[in-house]
Amino acid sequence: MSDLALGRGAVPAAAAAPERVETPFRRFVSEFAESRLALLGLAVFALVALAAILAPWIAPQNPYDLAQLDILDGRMEPGTVGGAGFTYWLGTDDQGRDMLSGIMYGLRISLSVGAGSALIACLVGASLGLLAAYAGGRTDSLIMRLVDLQLSFPAILAALMILAFLGKGILNVVIALVLVEWAYYARTVRGTALVERRREYIEAAHCLALPTHRILFRHLLPNCLPPLIVVGTMQVARAIALEATLSFLGLGVPITEPSLGLLIANGYEYMLSGKYWISFYPGIALLITIVSINLVGDQLRDVLNPRLRK
Amino acid sequence: MSATLRRNASVAAGAAALALAVLGAAAPARAQTLTMAVGAPVTSLDPHYHQLSPNNAVADMIFDRLINTDNLSRMVPGLAVEWRAVEPTVWEFRLRPGVRFHNGNPFTAEDVAFTLQRVPNVPNSPSSFAAYVRPIRGVEIVDPLTIRLRTAAPAPLLPQDLTNVRILDRETHEGAATEDYNSGRAAVGTGPWRVVQHRSGDRIEFERNDGYWGEKPAFQRVTYRMITNDAARTAALLAGDVEFIDQVPTSDLAKLRADQRVTLSEITGLRLIFLGLDHLRAPNENSPFVTDHEGRPLGRNPLRDVRVRRALSMAIDRQAITQRVMEGAATPAGQFLPQGVFSHVPELTPPRFDPEGARRLLAEAGYPQGFRITLHSPNDRYINDARIAQAVGQMWTRIGVRTAVEAQTWTTFIARAGRQEFSAHLIGWGSNPEGSHPLRNIIATYNRERGFGASNRGRYSNPEVDALIEQALVEMDEEKRERILQEAQRKAFEDVAIIPLHIQTNIWAMRRHLAHTPRNDELTRAQDVRPANAAAR
Amino acid sequence: MSVYLLRRLLQAVAVVFAMSLIVFVGVYAIGDPVEILISPDADQLERERAIAALGLDLPLWEQYFVFLARAMQGDLGRSFVFNEPALRLILQRMPATLELAFGATIMALIIGLPLGLYAGLRPHSPLSRAIMAGSILGFSLPTFWVGLMLIMVFAVQLGWLPSTGRGPTRELLGLQWSFLTWEGMRHMLMPAINLSLFKISLVIRLTRAGVRETILQDYVKFARAKGLRPARVVGVHVFKNILIPVVTVVGLELGSTIAFSVVTESVFAWPGMGKLIIDSINVLDRPVIVAYLMIIVLMFITINLVVDLTYSVLDPRVRLEAKGT
Repeated sequence: MSDLALGRGAVPAAAAAPERVETPFRRFVSEFAESRLALLGLAVFALVALAAILAPWIAPQNPYDLAQLDILDGRMEPGTVGGAGFTYWLGTDDQGRDMLSGIMYGLRISLSVGAGSALIACLVGASLGLLAAYAGGRTDSLIMRLVDLQLSFPAILAALMILAFLGKGILNVVIALVLVEWAYYARTVRGTALVERRREYIEAAHCLALPTHRILFRHLLPNCLPPLIVVGTMQVARAIALEATLSFLGLGVPITEPSLGLLIANGYEYMLSGKYWISFYPGIALLITIVSINLVGDQLRDVLNPRLRK
Repeated sequence: MSATLRRNASVAAGAAALALAVLGAAAPARAQTLTMAVGAPVTSLDPHYHQLSPNNAVADMIFDRLINTDNLSRMVPGLAVEWRAVEPTVWEFRLRPGVRFHNGNPFTAEDVAFTLQRVPNVPNSPSSFAAYVRPIRGVEIVDPLTIRLRTAAPAPLLPQDLTNVRILDRETHEGAATEDYNSGRAAVGTGPWRVVQHRSGDRIEFERNDGYWGEKPAFQRVTYRMITNDAARTAALLAGDVEFIDQVPTSDLAKLRADQRVTLSEITGLRLIFLGLDHLRAPNENSPFVTDHEGRPLGRNPLRDVRVRRALSMAIDRQAITQRVMEGAATPAGQFLPQGVFSHVPELTPPRFDPEGARRLLAEAGYPQGFRITLHSPNDRYINDARIAQAVGQMWTRIGVRTAVEAQTWTTFIARAGRQEFSAHLIGWGSNPEGSHPLRNIIATYNRERGFGASNRGRYSNPEVDALIEQALVEMDEEKRERILQEAQRKAFEDVAIIPLHIQTNIWAMRRHLAHTPRNDELTRAQDVRPANAAAR
Repeated sequence: MSVYLLRRLLQAVAVVFAMSLIVFVGVYAIGDPVEILISPDADQLERERAIAALGLDLPLWEQYFVFLARAMQGDLGRSFVFNEPALRLILQRMPATLELAFGATIMALIIGLPLGLYAGLRPHSPLSRAIMAGSILGFSLPTFWVGLMLIMVFAVQLGWLPSTGRGPTRELLGLQWSFLTWEGMRHMLMPAINLSLFKISLVIRLTRAGVRETILQDYVKFARAKGLRPARVVGVHVFKNILIPVVTVVGLELGSTIAFSVVTESVFAWPGMGKLIIDSINVLDRPVIVAYLMIIVLMFITINLVVDLTYSVLDPRVRLEAKGT
């Protein structure tokens, strides 16, 4: 949706001549570090990712093991000491699941669902988009009609349908998210590539008789990257939020292995009764994750966009 | 015998209704409008289109039945003042004189005959009321206020069946389609409320029927809204946008109990939450979701061993589930029906929580290490369904039966359960207040021709129980029938055909100025609500 | 141009057909509606009667052709639940959703454009950073959660706004609208805000990105060099240029706003199409699901078609591309 437009939005505005096609890595790092906010975002995200990766070793409880849960410990307030002897710093949910452990494990699921689906969708979408723009003709028509087909379907509804058909499950959610999101990448890449294709440097590359794959991946793709990265970061965040919404609507991941979204949806019922922690802390965790991803993404876009360079 | 019993009951109920009517009339200033919100959408105003509680509740506001039911689902006179079996295969109904439909047409036996003839013939009905009139072979109008129904075999349950059938006006409803009811044009009955406006899926506006034959409703107008989101419904009550809600989520109970502006009305319902087990696979076959601890098939179906079933039942701490998961909104159960309902079995108490004993039984049955099982459950059908399943999973895991819980939407769940794909599943059953209803549907051997065991998704089969059910269904003597039904239930539950968990409590919440008579059949009707001061008198 | 138009139209029709097949087969492969709709105590005979009554005893391809044949005559089937034409049910509820979606869109433009413009012109000011941080929140917060928070604060705690539902309606052009009454507007405010949060963020970001790119363009530099007043430079040269992509996206977004209203409508008990579809999915009312999805597909394809054609008019490079192939 948005991304598609960003790709397109770039079309009328594209007039400035491109400067460096390839940026040295060090230059990129120093430019990225110009924004302290972005650095902070990166640091926070690293912490979040670390907590998620290390969850099995550092979490006080394995919230997926029913043997470790006790409903008699259900809905305990933050700071209570439970039957198992350790303190529930963030309280427990209705099943006696330690919220801190639940959030760490939930992060694992949310992040892998978000990143996994965005990565696969990006790979599939970008390849197809590039192919469409470069090959043109029938191939282009076919791919773009496929994109139309996909975009003619609101993501949330398509995901709802796919999940209703596939059933719950983490893998199924990833499949559903890839199926609803690849088209955005394809459209973005194709849009940019179409314009870039007409540019002098590509024509120059053609004149030099460079092989097709080299033109595609060394020249065309890097110039399609900025919008792709913007779309990508937005889509990771969006995928996480979409998964939360799907869980809220009763599809999504299985209830015994809750993602952040499902934790929120679960606790949402307890909001009115004052047991805020069941929904509040996972909400904060989700917020921090998405905001840090977006902060990094924002700066990446500014750094990577050649048009913004003076 | 049964006839006298009924007549006495009807006279007593009639007197009570009269007394209430007097009290109602004595109430001083009558409130003008009642705004209520229900949690399940009403799909049609056609009373014979879809057998569905929300529809039935609204149908009860617009129409009457020959035999109405009181808040404990006991039969009370409706449009029939008296009914009795004149022969084992003939029921006679004496109709209430002087009743008029909303449009002024008088109510007569012709209308009853017309209704009975329409019920099985509603086009496109996804769940018709046909089964309730199926025993009827002939209809005989004796005089305008007497009608006789002839059945092929003795049909002791016919009056009970007819409590599901709302009576239409022949003149108004001849040729009327479901759409005409929905538009309000044909939503014309003898009931306490007339329909003013119907906005499908959103709200129905009612106005009091001043000519109603029974107790006059306390409100001039009623706005009946549908708010399906639980939290939004509670919020609407707290914000004062609606004065009355049903299906109060258990998670809000603590807060609402403490809130000075709100009062609750509760009653033990008729809906049992239970676990169904795989009885279909033979003792030497694999059950689809049972394995050993390494995930290998067992080569046998442990669920066919009554000791295993008993162990699984004993492992469950029902008190913990009703207190912690249900927040007190349920009663631990050892059978289908709650105390005080016809054919309840006094000695079938909830199985005792005994994890040690459960482990011993498992070892005795040859599973000292237990096994692995998946418990399937819906997550959007019953109150806290997936949460209950997880709690059961915790308890089973503690006795060595490592349990994975898989909660799905009802749409997926029920299709798979209907194909016997599960080893263990959590499901619920809302009973009629009569033991043959759950027995015939859930316990009886699956038999298409007899119409037995249609909801027997575990495919339990016990010829002794089947024989008792058959016997009960033609027994005209109430006491004898109750004894037979109790015997059948005793046999079934001793054999752990299913694992009963708890019976739900039905809860409504309202602003302080209102009072409500809670119903165990879960129906939410405006005539059960009145100003609180009137109740105090 | 007309060849291009014709080809695009034909393609659109092909897409509609393909979607109808996918949607139909997809929806009809899910679950068993009879199990869901039927009373639990119905016996086997009654179940068989219901299956036949709903036409589910026919093989799938036959059901599809029946559907297709009727669809050609504008009949998208009858709701299993309501026993009314699915199309009529949806159209009845369309005004509620449309006014909500339009309300959200207008709100997104009114709030998003000025904020985005400011953030783009003064990218390094603290306020701009705050705006951008806020826009990230708008993207991040799950709609359903925000919805409940809004109800908690504004309806339950403060009591300023009605918690849920649609207010009184008034008839205009034969349809019921609630934006014509004050009470109706009050009911609409919270759901519209809830629905517009994502869009506000989107508009802010698009506007900011557009502004930042545009002010570096030669013609803007030239206009500045000419000594035009800053207000005029921004108002005419910058604003005009960013308006096209922003409006395009918001237009495109209208479709997804309508689709996303599923969540908002179910939180706020707003009786629109979105709530109808969720209710229908819950009871597997297949004809309504199919009809709804087909309407959405048609709407999206039309929007896409219009946008593509507009683009080919506006941007000659794309048109050349289309002609060249």
